[in-house]
Amino acid sequence: MASVEIRGARKSFGSVEVLHGIDIEVPDKSFTVLVGPSGCGKSTLLRMIAGLEEITAGEIAIGGRMVNGVPPKQRDIAMVFQNYALYPHMKVYDNMAFSLKLAKVEPARIDELVQRAAEILNLDELLERYPRQLSGGQRQRVAMGRAIVRDPQVFLFDEPLSNLDAKLRVQMRTEIRELHQRLQSTSVYVTHDQIEAMTMADQIVVMRDGHVEQSGAPLELYDRPVNTFVAGFIGSPAMNLIEGTVQKANGSAAVMTDDDVSLPLARDTGVPAGSRVYYGIRPEHWSLAEGEHGVAVEVSVVEPTGAEMLVVCRMAGVEVQASFHERHALEPGQHIRLRPRPELVHLFDTKTSHRLG
Amino acid sequence: MAEATIGRPTPQRLSLWARIDNNRTVLGLCMMLPAGALLLVFLSYPLGLGVWLGLTDTTIGRKGGFIGLENYELLFDDSVFWLSVFNTFLYTVVASAFKFALGLWLALILNNRLPFKALLRAIVLLPWIVPTVLSAIAFWWIYDSQFSIISWSLQRLGLIDQYVNFLGDANNARAAVIAANVWRGIPFVAICLLAGLQTIPQSLYEAAVLDGASEWQRFRCVTFPLLTPIIAVVMTFSVLFTFTDFQLIYVLTRGGPFNATHLMATLSFQRAIPGGQLGEGAAIATAMVPFLLAAIIFSYFGLQRRRWQQGAAND
Repeated sequence: MASVEIRGARKSFGSVEVLHGIDIEVPDKSFTVLVGPSGCGKSTLLRMIAGLEEITAGEIAIGGRMVNGVPPKQRDIAMVFQNYALYPHMKVYDNMAFSLKLAKVEPARIDELVQRAAEILNLDELLERYPRQLSGGQRQRVAMGRAIVRDPQVFLFDEPLSNLDAKLRVQMRTEIRELHQRLQSTSVYVTHDQIEAMTMADQIVVMRDGHVEQSGAPLELYDRPVNTFVAGFIGSPAMNLIEGTVQKANGSAAVMTDDDVSLPLARDTGVPAGSRVYYGIRPEHWSLAEGEHGVAVEVSVVEPTGAEMLVVCRMAGVEVQASFHERHALEPGQHIRLRPRPELVHLFDTKTSHRLG
Repeated sequence: MAEATIGRPTPQRLSLWARIDNNRTVLGLCMMLPAGALLLVFLSYPLGLGVWLGLTDTTIGRKGGFIGLENYELLFDDSVFWLSVFNTFLYTVVASAFKFALGLWLALILNNRLPFKALLRAIVLLPWIVPTVLSAIAFWWIYDSQFSIISWSLQRLGLIDQYVNFLGDANNARAAVIAANVWRGIPFVAICLLAGLQTIPQSLYEAAVLDGASEWQRFRCVTFPLLTPIIAVVMTFSVLFTFTDFQLIYVLTRGGPFNATHLMATLSFQRAIPGGQLGEGAAIATAMVPFLLAAIIFSYFGLQRRRWQQGAAND
């Protein structure tokens, strides 16, 4: 196993620069997830680690060894592709044994390694099948088996679950995670799905437009997003961002929206009065209020999912989302009062989008 | 027939038309009728007539009578016929082998990132688009005993002392017509294989690179096996076209010298039309049918879906 260090990595296609100096540390044995919207450069970065794309500038080191000019097969990495990339004319066994055969491993040893991988992934029964005779989840497992048999230093995953249906995706998510715990192999995983990132990662790297926006442990990103982009990207449903001005009076602080709605702040925010800010509150951090507490809103849509209840409301010209674990009896058109939990509010500068306080 | 009474409309109530309309088999046959008639008129009739003529002693200007297999008996003892069979096989095997090897090579080159790719692909198709007779005349000139550009070039380079007798010497003539056929046939093979190459997902090559495969191993273990289905189709067609070739030979050599380049198709024409022996010519043409059938049966098994192609699609 090995760590991966990316220092000042840049990538240009012709005159277009798609990665603008990326710095990421992937610690040994960690599971790092690169996440971001389409076109943010996360897959390109993964392919640069694999050696499928050249590095325009900067350097990438695997296990302390600079690999910029090293061909893919000498980097000792394995990759699981989005469309699995199984060889359709080879049986499952041969798909998994292919790299070992090329490396001229003893046939008896190949057999042993393939059988062991098949056992880990529950593929024993399927070794004599062709990829076309397998379901999506099985193909996914074969693709992982092909990576496992080589016992590489680093596993790379390029959106491996995006071709699966929702239920299977959740199941495979757990399987990949279990596999990682069992093999303790350094893994870099690319996805556009923030839930996948949150549930699987030791470390999340949020990317946008070829830049790293923030990296850290999942809950760190959830609790302290550094800017509005990360705040909106991590967490589902997304955080409410309401524009307003900070006001302070009698030792209490609040954000006054342009429609004169006062949203409470915890007392110790260091943001000076008069600052223009985004008041960031996650949907799950609202609660229903009685009497004159909280702010008045009108319910426009109610979406029960069973486990929770998502309520879309209009609050004086702004749309806000709230979610509750309790099953409140709410109807569209109903007027209710919502109270934010001030200690869980995030403030962002409207000009720079950066976190305040 | 208890089950027949359950849930079925009673037949008497329906008109004849309604019954035909409801019956999928009858309706299907009706739909196939126009196509069937066309096939019958334009395919079966000429073929049937050819086979029938082969069993008669018809000559041009005289309606012959049925003579059984006499034409075939004559051909069996005819050394020129057997020479033409040998020539046809030599021509087909050698030309097809070259067309396959060179066509695959060209397809692999065109599949790479090249500047002016679209233009290059269009140029490659040219030999196939030009009418055969036109290119055959060009080759005739290239192979001319006095004005051949090949002989001229070789002499200038000091490689030969006197001009090559391309079409006057038996083996030279065979090589010459085969070369012309290969030149003409490469584009078809190359373009079809190129289409096949482009259906192979790039990610398979990337996976192979990561698995540690060299360029040659990627070709041998990924490209070639995935290309076999289309190779079977393309080479079947190529073999059929080559086996029945006529125009090139007819323009370049007319079967000469001393029948050295006569193929079954040219011999059949020569006996039937200039020679007037329609029955004998038809018999030679009919004699090609078993060989063609063998080729088709061979390709039928070649074309069958391989085991790895069965099941749901991968992507």
